[in-house]
Amino acid sequence: MAFTPPTESYTGKVCALTIGLGDKAITFGGENVLPFHAFEGSIPNKPVIAFEIQDIPPDDWPEQVRKPYKDVANDPISWAKYCQDTLKAKAIALRLIGTHPDGENRSPEDAAKTVKDVLSAINIPLIILGSNHAEKDASVLISAAEAAKDKNCVIGKAQEANYKTIVAAAMAHNHKLIAMSELDINLSKQLNILIIQMGLERERIIIDPMCSALGYGLEYTYSVMERIRLAALTQNDTTMQPPMLGDVGMYVWKVKETQASETDIPNWGSVEERGITWEAVTATALLLAGADLLIMRHPKAVVAVEKVIEELV
Amino acid sequence: MLIIGEKLSIIAKRVREALLKKDKVPIQEIAIAQWKAGAGMIDANIGPAEDGGESLMEWMVTTIQEVVPLPICLDTTNYKAIEAGLKVHNNEWGRPLINSTSNDPERFPMLELAAKFNSQIIGLTVGKGGLPADAEERAAIAAEIMARAMEYGVPLEDLYLDPLVLQIATSQDHALKVINAIKMFQELNDPPMKTVVGLSNVSNGCPKYIRPILNSYFLSLLMYEGLTAAIADAQEVAATVKTINVILGKTLYAHSYLEM
Repeated sequence: MAFTPPTESYTGKVCALTIGLGDKAITFGGENVLPFHAFEGSIPNKPVIAFEIQDIPPDDWPEQVRKPYKDVANDPISWAKYCQDTLKAKAIALRLIGTHPDGENRSPEDAAKTVKDVLSAINIPLIILGSNHAEKDASVLISAAEAAKDKNCVIGKAQEANYKTIVAAAMAHNHKLIAMSELDINLSKQLNILIIQMGLERERIIIDPMCSALGYGLEYTYSVMERIRLAALTQNDTTMQPPMLGDVGMYVWKVKETQASETDIPNWGSVEERGITWEAVTATALLLAGADLLIMRHPKAVVAVEKVIEELV
Repeated sequence: MLIIGEKLSIIAKRVREALLKKDKVPIQEIAIAQWKAGAGMIDANIGPAEDGGESLMEWMVTTIQEVVPLPICLDTTNYKAIEAGLKVHNNEWGRPLINSTSNDPERFPMLELAAKFNSQIIGLTVGKGGLPADAEERAAIAAEIMARAMEYGVPLEDLYLDPLVLQIATSQDHALKVINAIKMFQELNDPPMKTVVGLSNVSNGCPKYIRPILNSYFLSLLMYEGLTAAIADAQEVAATVKTINVILGKTLYAHSYLEM
């Protein structure tokens, strides 16, 4: 008798989610198997990588990842166009970091203008992120969502402290929503329940279980993602079936390994190569844990991870 | 665990009156309430229904499925009525369940119907010889019903074994025997046999305020042993089922788990 490899079957399915408009719209999620287990079921869509840009010049980014954008990063419009036209980005994630009260403290109106400007310059899907200041994000994302009305963007991140206003903004202006909790699977489920109870369909949610970089708690993110995916697929837990986000770039380009110079630590090798590898490895790990959407910074890291996706799907 | 909503029984006055008058409203209200509370199937108990059983079951099945997208558990000893119910059952909402066959030759024709209509069926572990004495006897009868099912062409995965829940007020020792039987039934086959109980019988004859308490705690113990389905009032047991599923790790915990 011929050998038949044993296969698992699953009762649940990850929601498929489409962002953007027209022929540049992209869909991710929709699989009814664990990541890349195409031999056990169906994976109709590939994971998507969005290029991260921000509303103010990236002075807080390490030099190695600022370099590829040095001619464009002073202005979010040219930065976005560069990602779309030159780097062939499939999506862009605009982080409104300039709105943070401890930074430039830009107003919601400023944020709305930036969103409008960027949207008028690109035709690929846009992810609009606040500055991760729960209170300020609530007002910033309301204005941003309105400025992007009906463009089918993603807005986020909605957290326990501010989800009500952000969910309402996503509902009012027809956007998708990132729901973030801090590395806690039960709180992640709870937040999704609360959001669904407000009336936002679960098919419009993206789960962010909170990212972390290789060497800095990646295993926690990995484990939470893995368990969310198992609950979605094996327990058919409908509240855990939205696709998941790995917000990789901002965590990776903060750690020592992506910045320490070759003179300081010569045996760590090339700082440029090291940073790119660090981002690519972190992102790949999260793909294996179940992420369907990644936000990344370095173009070469994106190329490396896209290659992994091509080979595995 | 599957809740088979039990409130549509001819024993209940409101249901009996509705059946006599063919008044759809109360039947549909009860069915909807069971569905909303988490029932995955609706039990339609028309009693022995010796006169007009066929049209009665037909009417019950179509009346329920008109408003609730669930399969029906056809609950009567009347063979013709079961057949009539199966004929009109909308399988789009899932496969029906015949309630029931047993080890009594008079009930074997129910297996024929299950095979003919590709229906699932409950096997009540009693025979001609009266009530089973203990878990072992229930398992022995279960094995005979399983053999009979295969003979009639009913796949074992379509057979739900029912250990026959008795009243705790009169047969206290059987409560534990039923729990043990649920465990033993599963060991009779690989994959494990499916199991079902008529839950509320445990508290039959008890004071009204005690009944939900007895039902819920008894159900908890049965679920721990792996019970597949219970004919029960979904509104009464929903919180128990959800909570036990969380404790057993079958549902991921969240503060609002009872609301889902």
